Amino acid sequence: MHMADALISPEVGIVMWAATAGVAAYSIKKVSPEMDDKKVPLMGVMGAFIFAAQMINFSIPGTGSSGHLSGGILLAALLGPYAGFLTLFSVIVVQGLFFADGGLLAMGANAFNMGFYACFIAYPLIMKLILKKGTSTRRIFWGSLLSSVAALQMGAFSVVMQTLLSGKTELPFATFVSLMQPIHLAIGVVEGLVTAAIVSFVWKARPDIIEGAMLKRSIDRKPLKKVIIVLIVAALAVGGFFSWFASSNPDGLEWSMLNTSGQEELVADDGVHSSIAETQEKIAFLPDYGFREQDAAGAESAEAASGNAGTSVSGIVGAAITLVLAGLIGLFVVLSRKRSKKQA
Amino acid sequence: MKGIKGSIYTIKSFDDLALRESGVHSLHPAAKLIVVLVYIVFTVSFGRYEVTGLLPMIFFPLLLGAAANIPADPILKRLLYVLPFILLIGIFNPLFDTQPAMFGNAVLAQGWITFFSLFIKGVLTVTAALLLIATTGMESLSSAFRSLRVPKLLVLQILLTYRYLTVLLGEADRAVTAYSLRAPLQNGVHYRVWGSLAGQLLLRTYDRAQRLHTAMCLRGFDGEYRTGTSRPAGGRDFAFVAGWTLFFLLARLYDLPALLGGLFA
Repeated sequence: MHMADALISPEVGIVMWAATAGVAAYSIKKVSPEMDDKKVPLMGVMGAFIFAAQMINFSIPGTGSSGHLSGGILLAALLGPYAGFLTLFSVIVVQGLFFADGGLLAMGANAFNMGFYACFIAYPLIMKLILKKGTSTRRIFWGSLLSSVAALQMGAFSVVMQTLLSGKTELPFATFVSLMQPIHLAIGVVEGLVTAAIVSFVWKARPDIIEGAMLKRSIDRKPLKKVIIVLIVAALAVGGFFSWFASSNPDGLEWSMLNTSGQEELVADDGVHSSIAETQEKIAFLPDYGFREQDAAGAESAEAASGNAGTSVSGIVGAAITLVLAGLIGLFVVLSRKRSKKQA
Repeated sequence: MKGIKGSIYTIKSFDDLALRESGVHSLHPAAKLIVVLVYIVFTVSFGRYEVTGLLPMIFFPLLLGAAANIPADPILKRLLYVLPFILLIGIFNPLFDTQPAMFGNAVLAQGWITFFSLFIKGVLTVTAALLLIATTGMESLSSAFRSLRVPKLLVLQILLTYRYLTVLLGEADRAVTAYSLRAPLQNGVHYRVWGSLAGQLLLRTYDRAQRLHTAMCLRGFDGEYRTGTSRPAGGRDFAFVAGWTLFFLLARLYDLPALLGGLFA
């Protein structure tokens, strides 16, 4: 479920980074007072544990295939939502840096998709509620299963939205959603079953660990509301700033001139573009952004229709020269380094 | 090599690359972090129909890798793992966007152009991100996070995760090897032992964290992880940031290959 840098636009990437930074800052604030500093190494080592546990193949009965853990609900159940989110975030940072699993720009989106829904929505609203009336293997089973499925469904939908808003794929919304949601339903069920197995085992061996995380001051409504308000304000501020910035570059300028010249909407002659744009408009959670994106898509396809999308002969010649030049300069650097090493 | 052992190998090999010495390695880590982030943002900001205009962006990873003496194989290997997902999303473009477009004298579906553009962006962004860690190393990078005012709790978190990654991957590997030797011809861990296998590992992790905490306290841990790698940024670092940013800006604003080709064709 990791999104890659190439699949995300700068605007979406930066807005999602702002959202993740907001949630992380809030989590740090919440974790710090309860931080008997025992928890510092615990969170660090748990991050490494989750990373290792993600690599274990869990065979799925009756199918011959195997599934993996992603660990959001498990971390929330073991460490509480705030420490859980921070731990998952650090796992995603290390994965992005060393394994290029999810890039640097998409890191905010990945942390949000995998961490936020699990730790701040599915865990408190489903798992914690189910375990409120007492812990039992059965309650742990249903709590883990339902909250994992919910977290992965929300995460997958978020991936669809971010990819479509980034405009990197021509997949229609309906097709993309109907590919992603069922796949992640299956992944969510496996995730839930593995989480249930691990949490029950730990609960039987060391009940203090699970109950300790449960007893942490519950997320009452007010702070959650605060998180959401901070998120929305941050997203709007950053989105507003960057659309202003983007519209000061040539493409955006072209668009805004067209816009001020009285033509409010460009007719996108491409059916796919306009249907994606329509869906975007309907479901956009940041309406301003959605409109801008729609117009940008329209401008782009108008540009494409006028023949600018293709590449002229001189463009291809130039491309070849660029590549040869790049190769030669690279070779030159390697050779000159070798020579200076020999001299030294 | 794949799975858990492969992951340990990947981390260790990037750690080794970061220990090499070169003009790139000695740059301030924050300068490299900033340039790579700027590079990625500029690269993905190119229009979806852009192919030739993107090509000058190749200079950055190529020169950085060459100057830092980073071999191509570890990066190509990671690309092989990561690219299929990007291509899977992109391969639908030629099916859905069939408007014709000129590419030289050939006519292609526009979808192919967006697909190529996505492919190039994928290769460039992944390569740049990997070069960052290969020329900087995790500890220096963490000091860069600190100098950019990332909260120390989060930086400490990331560093400890990295520090214990190979340790816990080793433990998981031993547990899984022991299991698979006793349960041959099985595709993964049987569902009856899902909880106990991973759970045992988890309980050992808790105990390890406790010992770790004791050890840290005994050595005077005060909440700050000192890497001993921080130094003030110098003129060379500022020139590195300014020079590359200027180049990215030029490449983004002008279709350099087209201008170059115009001189000859």
